[in-house]
Amino acid sequence: MKESEMVAEKAGYRSVIGAGDYWWKTIRAGEVFRIHDLEGNQAADTLFYKAGDLAERYSASDTIKKQGALYLTAGSKLISNRGNVLLEIVADTCGRHDTVGGACSRESNTMRYALEKEPMHACRDSFIRGVQEMGGGIVDITCNINFFMNVPVTPAGELSFADGISAPGRYVEMRAMMDVVALISNCPQLNNPCNGWNPTPVEVLIW
Amino acid sequence: MNQVIYKVELTGAGMWSKVIGKGKILKLTDLEGGANAGMMLYNAEQRTERYNMPDTLKGQQVFYLRQGLCLHTDMGRLVASIVEDTVGWHDAICGASDCEEVKVKFGGLSYQDGRNDWHRSGRECFLIELAKWGMGERDGMPNLNFFSKVVTDEEGNLRYVPGNSEAGDSVSLRLEMDALVVMNTCQHPLAPGGEYVPKPILLEVFEGAAVGDDDECLLSHPENARAFLNTVDYHELKASL
Repeated sequence: MKESEMVAEKAGYRSVIGAGDYWWKTIRAGEVFRIHDLEGNQAADTLFYKAGDLAERYSASDTIKKQGALYLTAGSKLISNRGNVLLEIVADTCGRHDTVGGACSRESNTMRYALEKEPMHACRDSFIRGVQEMGGGIVDITCNINFFMNVPVTPAGELSFADGISAPGRYVEMRAMMDVVALISNCPQLNNPCNGWNPTPVEVLIW
Repeated sequence: MNQVIYKVELTGAGMWSKVIGKGKILKLTDLEGGANAGMMLYNAEQRTERYNMPDTLKGQQVFYLRQGLCLHTDMGRLVASIVEDTVGWHDAICGASDCEEVKVKFGGLSYQDGRNDWHRSGRECFLIELAKWGMGERDGMPNLNFFSKVVTDEEGNLRYVPGNSEAGDSVSLRLEMDALVVMNTCQHPLAPGGEYVPKPILLEVFEGAAVGDDDECLLSHPENARAFLNTVDYHELKASL
């Protein structure tokens, strides 16, 4: 846990992302980017790309293996598929963020819950619209970070989607180490506790 | 086991990619102990559909793979099932080594100095094989590392477990769709440094058999059974009369 000294009122950019919406924006090297869990226990599914080059992107496996750590918190680096640091987490009042749970999709909802769940809105559809606007396609959607989501893994190798450990007003903040594009799907999932069974807005701020 | 229809020995730090048909069995054998087989899988006819680490793990509530579990794609379908396994733990998290890591751990050995014993990384081997199918960096995803074990503590600190696989250990995958299988035998990214000794693997493909109602993999989790139904739909819809 590490609190930030940044003042929200002085942020150069602020925007609220409704549940089920997507958002993307370029963050310049040196800028500080915060995701603010306004009402608590809201999974913010997030991908990062090098600005101007979709082929270099956040990589879950590179981030995990290079730091020998499964979860993200203050001090964690977000590492690309080319081994470069895209951003570094500089403040975190939640304490743990997921790297292996990925995004929900209409297709995976049929596998996980029931074939009849296919019509329900899911993160991957939001990611698809986001990367299409950015000039990319479905291959650019890789294994994302789930900020504020709790996916504990036991030493015996069991994995679960547990009740969130976030709460209203908690935030995670990171400094861009190169020009990056952030793409967020504010998760609409209603079938598991990742959003506390009630998807809510998150706010993004940039200094 | 049914008749073997293909057999090749992959040298240590070797690479390989082929399309294997639905129903066939891909068997990997660790010949000397301590091998690592990095693998990515793609639907052969629509390669944007691919093995998906998160869906595989959350669908089966596991952090690793073993006999009785399935490999899921991003389309709610199965690409393969693990029908035989003498190892019991295969890493699904840590991806592939890169050139920088291999150089730092093993000191670096160029082709000029080492000829075909030179040091390779999993990442470059994947990129070389992917290119032969018109694919590249944007097609990379967290790969499987057969024969390697990485565990976590409650705080998420990872630890590589040496000696997970012994000489003669094997794992067999039944392909659930025609799949492009891309592999290399570079060392696991968290394997200890020191001497550079990537290990060989025997790769065999066997004719398979129909999937029975009592199939261990499909019965192990209702998620696998539903993904299998999606896979059956996919094949029935595209089958010609």
